[in-house]
Amino acid sequence: MMIGLSHYLAVAAILFTIGVFGIFVNRKNIIVILMSIELILLAVNINLVAFSAYLHDVVGQIFAMFVLTVAAAEAAVGLAILVTFFRNRGGIAVDDAAVMKG
Amino acid sequence: MALQAIAFYLLATVTIGSGLAVVSVRNPVHSVLFLILTFFSAAGLFLLLGAEFLAMLLVVVYVGAVAVLFLFVVMMLDVDFGALKQGFARYAPVGGLVGGILAIEMIIVATAVARGGAARGNSEPMAALDGLSNTETIGRVLYTDYVYFFQAAGLVLLVAMIGAIVLTLRHKPGVRRQVIADQVARNAQSGMRTVQIKPGEGMGE
Repeated sequence: MMIGLSHYLAVAAILFTIGVFGIFVNRKNIIVILMSIELILLAVNINLVAFSAYLHDVVGQIFAMFVLTVAAAEAAVGLAILVTFFRNRGGIAVDDAAVMKG
Repeated sequence: MALQAIAFYLLATVTIGSGLAVVSVRNPVHSVLFLILTFFSAAGLFLLLGAEFLAMLLVVVYVGAVAVLFLFVVMMLDVDFGALKQGFARYAPVGGLVGGILAIEMIIVATAVARGGAARGNSEPMAALDGLSNTETIGRVLYTDYVYFFQAAGLVLLVAMIGAIVLTLRHKPGVRRQVIADQVARNAQSGMRTVQIKPGEGMGE
């Protein structure tokens, strides 16, 4: 059986859905929400690389590299905010994070 | 070709299975370990597609840095994760329904695009161009056409680094630190004072 572009796109779609599902079911646990966002960005990267490979154009891989950069920066800042939040409030329940509500 | 198909299905199954485990296991440390497995098998998928450089980047950046960062934070914060997990059973049916519909829609669209889009003529992934490796090809494009974007990516990382340090740096009160400006500005008048002590009394500090 031939492995084509649609196979890779299906894997990426399922992985994206798992990330969205993770945000739905772990609404209180911000660490798992951050990990779900990483899964979603990984699905985007799989899409970009698959299209890059099957369109015979390397630019998609360069864009995937930039997505990787932004994802790493987002994880670093998100976890730093999480650590600060934990220090200030003594917990990481997202429901308590209403300080900035007007 | 059959070997490639076996490798694809194995890697895809491990990727999806461990991705599902990331969002559904109870212990967040296990969650991070499954995240590492997901990234590792996604790197295998990248290798199958001929994107070796990105595969290695994924292993180095994600498994080496981001996942370990997650692991540090999960282990450092003393959080009652049982209480955070309680909404799972309540939201799982609706979330699964919405997610299932989303996945089916995206797979249908993706299949249509793969069959009829611009990539329909290419049934094989990109082969190496005239003796250049994947890394060399990326380098030739990245450092010429996309050099400003490359610099901007560096700036994004710099800003993220400074932001993370500023957010987590904390000055404890009551710790005496060296202030060089104060030491330099000190002179004989400000550095010395004369006290008269009467006989029989102390300084009364």
